[in-house]
Amino acid sequence: MGNGDLRYTDTHEWLNIEDGEVTIGLTEYAQGELGDIVFIELPEVGRAVETGDVLTTVESVKSVSEIYAPVAGEITGANEALDADPGLINTDAEGEGWILKMMLAPDADLSAFMTAEDYKAHTKG
Amino acid sequence: MSTATERERGAGNGRGAGSGRGAGNGRDAAGPNERVLEPTIFELSSPGRTGHRLPPLDVPEIDLGAAFGTALREAPPELPELSEPEVVRHFTRLAEMNHHVDRAIYPLGSCTMKYNPKINEDVAALPGLAGVHPEAEGEYAQGSIALLHHLGRLLCEISGMDAVSLQPPAGASGELAGMLIVRAYHSDRGNPRSRVIVPDSAHGTNPASVALAGYEAIEIASGPDGRIDVDALRAAVDDETAAVMITNPNTLGVFETRIHEIVDVVHAAGGLVYLDGANLNASLGVVRPGDEGFDIMHFNLHKTFSAPHGGGGPGSGPVGVMAHLAQYLPYPVAARDETKAEGYEYYMDYDRPKSIGRVHAAYGNFLVAVKAYAYILTLGPAGLRRVAENAVLNANYLQKLLAPHYDLPYGGYCQHEFVLSASRQKEESGVTALDIAKRLLDYGLHAPTIYFPLIVKEALMIEPTETESRESLDRFADVMLAIARESRESPELVTGAPTTTPVGRLDEARAAKDLDVAWEND
Repeated sequence: MGNGDLRYTDTHEWLNIEDGEVTIGLTEYAQGELGDIVFIELPEVGRAVETGDVLTTVESVKSVSEIYAPVAGEITGANEALDADPGLINTDAEGEGWILKMMLAPDADLSAFMTAEDYKAHTKG
Repeated sequence: MSTATERERGAGNGRGAGSGRGAGNGRDAAGPNERVLEPTIFELSSPGRTGHRLPPLDVPEIDLGAAFGTALREAPPELPELSEPEVVRHFTRLAEMNHHVDRAIYPLGSCTMKYNPKINEDVAALPGLAGVHPEAEGEYAQGSIALLHHLGRLLCEISGMDAVSLQPPAGASGELAGMLIVRAYHSDRGNPRSRVIVPDSAHGTNPASVALAGYEAIEIASGPDGRIDVDALRAAVDDETAAVMITNPNTLGVFETRIHEIVDVVHAAGGLVYLDGANLNASLGVVRPGDEGFDIMHFNLHKTFSAPHGGGGPGSGPVGVMAHLAQYLPYPVAARDETKAEGYEYYMDYDRPKSIGRVHAAYGNFLVAVKAYAYILTLGPAGLRRVAENAVLNANYLQKLLAPHYDLPYGGYCQHEFVLSASRQKEESGVTALDIAKRLLDYGLHAPTIYFPLIVKEALMIEPTETESRESLDRFADVMLAIARESRESPELVTGAPTTTPVGRLDEARAAKDLDVAWEND
């Protein structure tokens, strides 16, 4: 997936939206700020979430951070590979290090996200 | 438990050749510039070597099998076999590898790594105190119970609290005890309430204690000056607010100047106000939390009151409360019955039906309390005030020296600590706070706290304490300036640090999650 297609949130999640399903992960910038990630609690598949709900928590050598739902929907998949190797988020945050997939709620609001360019400007600020 | 291969890729723990960068087994001849790790004492063992010789048996030998039956072990224990000088040298080498406050500055922010006066150790080693059994009947331990009672009264005088329990063995334990007292108080009034408000600059233990006590932690953002945003607090407080946890001065080293207003907002909603006492060193003898309006607080005897810490303890985190909460304190509490004859009047009070119960075995870490007691009596009221004054003076002196060379996101005069940011270094040459911390080790100094508080990027949180001389502060500043220069001119020196320590950069992710420090004879 090309970075140009991703959308970004101000809480440092990225989204890749394809046919009503969205893949969500932590941005390259965020992984750099967090440092080595030692643990991620895999989100529960089947759970329905509202925008802003805590999806899961990520623990790095510096801190424990929460990942928020950028949109409403139902969790349809979690990246099992992160169980054995949470460092995938460090090595390939916006690819192999994806965290979960969600089925978008019909009324999910996709208008507020940033493009890669906007997000880059946002993290400079 | 582990194979040799697993051990070799262990988290830089230095067992045997192959682990760690440039590591050599301590028995091999190492070149002058080679890193040398100390083997475990088991690896130094030589079969049959001993450090003692028992006298010949001068009593009739008995049949051990008949005497002990199946309780008798079948094989001798696998103990290391060394001579006395080998043992002494082994532990001396290990001690030399360690950084401690007897060696140089240890400026960990919010940890108050002050010098530990040796007289405290003398007092704690007095046979009457060191040898008392925790189960001794009160009449045989009057001196020890009296000491605990007096210490509680002294902490009350220092803090303005009305009652203290010395039981919690650490700061976080004191926090949890405090939150359980909050729950007991509100439950008694019919509704335990559901939420506790914590500022975003709080120690991580605060929200953890809140969660352990069954409350939801609500975070509020700090204002631009690093202080609690009173409007944000007012908006967050409601009739479900059980308490607000405040650290004052906070972790940015900033005093909450609107503390009376903050306390009033919380009290008006029926909530309690908790003081995280980790930073009490800044206000000893100057400001009393009880006078500021706090209902509950904890003390860190191992920080503020000079008992040694680091390396995991032992600590002591007494919890203090105002009168309306005294009945909920953890028991037993050292008490005095004035109706009893002199020499029999002190007792451990277990008759506290509303108590949250025990939070530790016996009476907490008794000898840590003894050291704190010795410290308080040594300094007296005027001396304690000078502690705070000099702690604040030292921090401001150091802040002034360092501020031109690092970013200082929350400026102005600080209290006992301040927080720098290495954002400038990261932007200019990719040198991070972590790199700077590692480089300090090469200069023989301990690193400050890094990446905390979370609201400061690339944070370096520095607390010099009052026990550093001006020369020591100057030396630390010189090194920090040298590292700032290195970061500009030869950043690889900093990003590649440390190079003079027994091991280089460790794999922190594995050290956190996959640590294996058990040695097993292959």
